[in-house]
Amino acid sequence: MTRPELRPGGPPAGRTGGGDRWGVRGPWSTRTIFAILVVAAAGAYLGFRSTPAADSADAAAFRFFDSVREWVDANRDSHPLFLFGVNYLRLGVRLLVEAVSAALTGLGFAGLVAVAGAVSLVLAGWRAALLAVAGFLSFAVLGLWTESVDTLALTLAAVLLSVLIGVPLGILAARVRWIGSALRPVLDVMQILPTFAYLAPMTLLFLIGSPAAVIATLIYAVPVTIRITQLGIAGVAPVTVEAAAAQGSTRWQLLTKVRLPMARPVLVLAVNQTIMVALSMVVVTALIDAPGLGQNIVRALERVNVGAAFDAGLAIVIMAVVLDRVTTAASRRRPLPWRLAVPVLAAAALVVLLPIGDRVPALSFAAPVNRLTAWVELHWYAGTEWLKNTVTGYLLNPLENLLVTTPWWLFVLFVLGFGLLIAGWRAALVAAAAAVGVAALGLWVHAMQTLATVLVATALTLLGGVWAGISCARHDRLATAVRPLLDAAQTMPSFVYLLPAVALFGASRFTAIVAAVIFAVPPVVRLVERGIRDVPPTVVEAALSAGSTPRQLLWKVQLPMARGGLLLAANQGIVMVLGMVVVGGLVGAGALGYDVVAGFSQREDFGRGLAAGFAIVLLGVLLDRLTQGFHRSKGPSS
Amino acid sequence: MTPAITVTNLWKVFGPRADRVVGTPLAGLSRAELRERTGCLVAVRDVSFEVRPGEVFVVMGLSGSGKSTLVRCLTRLIEPTSGEVCLDGEPVRAMSAKRLRELRRHRVAMVFQHFGLLPHRQVLDNVAYGLEIQGVGRAERHRRAAQMLALVGLTGHEHQLPEQLSGGMQQRVGLARALATDPEVLLFDEPFSALDPLIRRDMQTEVRRLHAEVGKTLVFITHDLTEALSLGDRIAVLRDGELVQVGAPEDLVGAPADGYVADFVRDVPRADVLTLRWVTRPAADGEECDDVPLPQDTVIRDAVPRVLRSGRPVPVVDGDRRVGVVDAEQLLPALLGHRRQVPT
Repeated sequence: MTRPELRPGGPPAGRTGGGDRWGVRGPWSTRTIFAILVVAAAGAYLGFRSTPAADSADAAAFRFFDSVREWVDANRDSHPLFLFGVNYLRLGVRLLVEAVSAALTGLGFAGLVAVAGAVSLVLAGWRAALLAVAGFLSFAVLGLWTESVDTLALTLAAVLLSVLIGVPLGILAARVRWIGSALRPVLDVMQILPTFAYLAPMTLLFLIGSPAAVIATLIYAVPVTIRITQLGIAGVAPVTVEAAAAQGSTRWQLLTKVRLPMARPVLVLAVNQTIMVALSMVVVTALIDAPGLGQNIVRALERVNVGAAFDAGLAIVIMAVVLDRVTTAASRRRPLPWRLAVPVLAAAALVVLLPIGDRVPALSFAAPVNRLTAWVELHWYAGTEWLKNTVTGYLLNPLENLLVTTPWWLFVLFVLGFGLLIAGWRAALVAAAAAVGVAALGLWVHAMQTLATVLVATALTLLGGVWAGISCARHDRLATAVRPLLDAAQTMPSFVYLLPAVALFGASRFTAIVAAVIFAVPPVVRLVERGIRDVPPTVVEAALSAGSTPRQLLWKVQLPMARGGLLLAANQGIVMVLGMVVVGGLVGAGALGYDVVAGFSQREDFGRGLAAGFAIVLLGVLLDRLTQGFHRSKGPSS
Repeated sequence: MTPAITVTNLWKVFGPRADRVVGTPLAGLSRAELRERTGCLVAVRDVSFEVRPGEVFVVMGLSGSGKSTLVRCLTRLIEPTSGEVCLDGEPVRAMSAKRLRELRRHRVAMVFQHFGLLPHRQVLDNVAYGLEIQGVGRAERHRRAAQMLALVGLTGHEHQLPEQLSGGMQQRVGLARALATDPEVLLFDEPFSALDPLIRRDMQTEVRRLHAEVGKTLVFITHDLTEALSLGDRIAVLRDGELVQVGAPEDLVGAPADGYVADFVRDVPRADVLTLRWVTRPAADGEECDDVPLPQDTVIRDAVPRVLRSGRPVPVVDGDRRVGVVDAEQLLPALLGHRRQVPT
């Protein structure tokens, strides 16, 4: 290797003249241009940095949103859009939620447990049934029966709607080309939006409460249903379809007798994933006054009472695990035949009719968890405080300072240049437009504070996740040991991740970082491990046979070839981190997340909250476009 | 002269507790029986052979006969279960990881069926990979890689990515990569079976040419009998992990060790492979012969015009010694019939 020459006042320049690694691309390599860009940005920053005023409480955007709200409030009972549209929608959803809720409550405690067990037995086998019965019993044991049923009812209502809307759309998207290509960008954007961003517009149209919660959950969950259904239908072997068509099937017969039955496992998986996503969102909708377990967590978090939140968190995790296992098992096997299913369901019905009380032994973890938290605070204080202060002092504050003192136009230019370089002009334009939008919303300082937190958390996530992913890819035993942990982590709703972070670090910006890291590391580990393991064995063998050391194998073969997976991991990680950092507004992370929460609770802050919601969306689009464009434009297309 | 490669009683057993099979009565069981009893699969069973320096040694067998496993045992890409492999007299199984790496870096190189090229590196850097990991400087390794590319006829493609090349060209890159470190031994694991027939023939010619030019020891794995016959100085036939026969191409065709090998070589045009040695008969007393003799290692097809034109038996010689005569009656069966009675 020739040594890179050092330029005064700048980072080392990449080699020039040798062309780009990915093919010849003109006289300057990407690295050189990047170095010049960084130097230019640093120069411009030194020349133009300024200490901005704090975000005004009365920006034009806030006033605009406030006036929109006033208009909506004034016309809610007179304008035809509401009279014949939104209000009926709200009413319909309310009726659905009430019907589901009435059905679940009407079964009574013993009845619901029995029915849950019986349905699981019919669909998913006796193991899943045992788990379901134990799980439902535990809701009562934890003293959270009513809340759990509320959460379950909201989730089921949202899942029902998602499946009714999502499955036909998914089938259409798979079968009709233009629908598929029209839906794709919409779904892309819907999937990167943090949960918080959905809430504010919902309250504007549907007020607060269950209907708004179900509709927000529906919007959050339906992309998953559509995507997986589409995959399942598109994945049906064309040979089989051709064979059935050759025998003279109609299009409808092809769909109902070939495509749908063959896609059945994938369709059940779609329901499974829809349920998991919906449950996670339903918990968050506690912020717009939806009933259920989320309420307990929000109330406890506001008082930083980890013990009180723990019981509810545990109930949510148990519900997630039960729903996940039952539907996963259902996707892998056929349901019981009718002659067995009918007696099982009849037995459950009998339990419903029997006068069984709802008295169960009560058990709460609140006190022991609070004692443990107090103990941790007492004994680990020096360690946790040091960690918190180090990260805050040496990473977060300097970065936040840098971003906040950068004039917004310089930031936009940098995003544009950086985007052009790594993600292509289209992504760069979208990202730069998003940055301009953030500036226009009048929340620049808060947005930059949130961005700083996101960047620090992403850096830590990638550091930890990539290291763990590499370790898992190289050590089979470690991978086997870690896999159930990763599985469990991915079934848990995002809110739950706040609890350990709050227990360790109290309420602070760093708490949000910790929660975001715990939340985002598992998928990063997965993607990195998958990326490295997917390197074709023949290539690894060839490299070994040339005499590579394990380190050379990793750096020269596995990591470069896993590039696509690594960049996808970075993209996923950054989007998940943003979602969690915003939720961290509940536990002292401040900035945009806090603005959103304040907007729900105080009427005079509504405009600001809605603006913050949009700012979050724009930040999400910005970060996603920059990183996604990266792995699309530059990954080896193998 | 020390053999380039010596393999002695080599076993490779896959499966649970594979090391408990060799040396016990279990080792005597057939593949299917052993699988039934222990769940283990014998890939290589008690194989011994020697490869002479500079020779092209072909290992031939159907898929699943253990030939790919065998070649990977030579450099311990797959760890043998028991037995010994020596390269230049040095036992491979006793080598430390470091020593083994040295062996792979400098002395033995391999060409793979599916090429195993690094898709993210341009052709030149693929060829230079082996030198790079040895720590050879950038300018030097690029110079040598360019030489190797010229040797396999790929000059001008240095800065392309592997995916931009056709299959045949990709395998040339694989060949250049193997040659770049100047190893004593080249291992080929079915290198051309993923290529089209015409390209395959080109590549075989290429290998013969390179062998003539650089004079390495080659171990060549294939399932293609024609390829084996055209390339091999000697051929080893493998079935179910066992060595059935080792010999020159004409030995396999002329004297198959058993029905399996005979079946294999049944459709080979015998006149193209067998030499006069296989058809010479003793001269009858007072028989009138042609004046100019033929050497006994003449391939039958090449002898046909002489013998037919002569009209008389033609004497066959081994050096100066006269070993017998041939006439049309000896040559015709070899020319006409591909089939031959199977010795049982």
